[in-house]
Amino acid sequence: MGVTLGKGSASRTIVPGSATSDGPERLLDGSVILTKLQAAVNWGRKYSFFLYPFVTACCGMEFMSVAGPKYDLDRFGAALPRFSPRQADLLMVVGTISHKQAPILVKVYNQMVEPKWVFAFGVCAVSGGFYDNYSVVQGIDTLIPVDVYVPGCPPRPEMVLDGLLKLQEKVAKERWSDWPRGAAPVTKC
Amino acid sequence: MDTNVTIKKLSHRFPGAIIATHSFRGDDTAVVNKESILEICTFLRDDQDLLYNMMMDLTAVDYLGREPRFEVVYHLYSLKHNRRVRIKAGVSEADATIDSIVAVWVGANWFEREAFDMYGITFKGHPEMRRILLYEGFEGHPLRKDYPIKKRQPLIGPVN
Repeated sequence: MGVTLGKGSASRTIVPGSATSDGPERLLDGSVILTKLQAAVNWGRKYSFFLYPFVTACCGMEFMSVAGPKYDLDRFGAALPRFSPRQADLLMVVGTISHKQAPILVKVYNQMVEPKWVFAFGVCAVSGGFYDNYSVVQGIDTLIPVDVYVPGCPPRPEMVLDGLLKLQEKVAKERWSDWPRGAAPVTKC
Repeated sequence: MDTNVTIKKLSHRFPGAIIATHSFRGDDTAVVNKESILEICTFLRDDQDLLYNMMMDLTAVDYLGREPRFEVVYHLYSLKHNRRVRIKAGVSEADATIDSIVAVWVGANWFEREAFDMYGITFKGHPEMRRILLYEGFEGHPLRKDYPIKKRQPLIGPVN
């Protein structure tokens, strides 16, 4: 679990979500780790995102860049794109969402099992961007809950990685009572 | 090659329906009466000296504040004679209808639906006169010049 175990006072035990568990662990000679179940689960979740790339526009090229070997989302555990929303827990909305696309996005979101997170990739997904017109959704948060907003046209890969780290910080602080969130609040489309 | 042959033949054949003509470096334009559009198109397709067998484009223009407000524009091409012509027909706002030319060129089908979708011009006799790019439930016709630039559609929640 990402810890360094060893005997004697030189060993340093790093336990996610807990700063006070050093004592009993030392008594037990470093052979066990004490933590809260919620912290352990959150720690597991935040390093094993399964992405669903909802790619609709040019940001998709940037997504490929950040997912590829140079910037490499895999370093943060978010490597495996699943092409069924039922197998994914991180919805990456990459690109412009038009009104005709909106019901599909809501359906995909509702098909994902909880816990699930949403990543708004690029300014079009965040707010509609410069497509302030008759056919484009003015930000996907008008349709589904969003956890991380990464603006930019397109965002730099470093911004995306920073957004992913922000999401990991958020997931680490979650409580059992945060789930389930339920279906998307929009039902009309 | 006589580049004005199309305009000459049209003016000769439909003296009352041709409102204006224009010709510039082989680029012929005829503004016609919308009531005659179907006849004119059939003539342009079938006349042996013209044979405009390809409808390249059909669209509309909104001249807000002018009467007639709309103009339906047809771009035709003759593969046989390597010749092009542009036909324009004015359509008023009060009676925003014109005859469909799907019976002349089948390819006009989706073009007419797009013009209906964006400008609200109804094409009479079209086999399936409904929106093509936008969705059912969309309010208004967005390429009209008086479509509110900040208008939001009721499809998905109050914000959009």
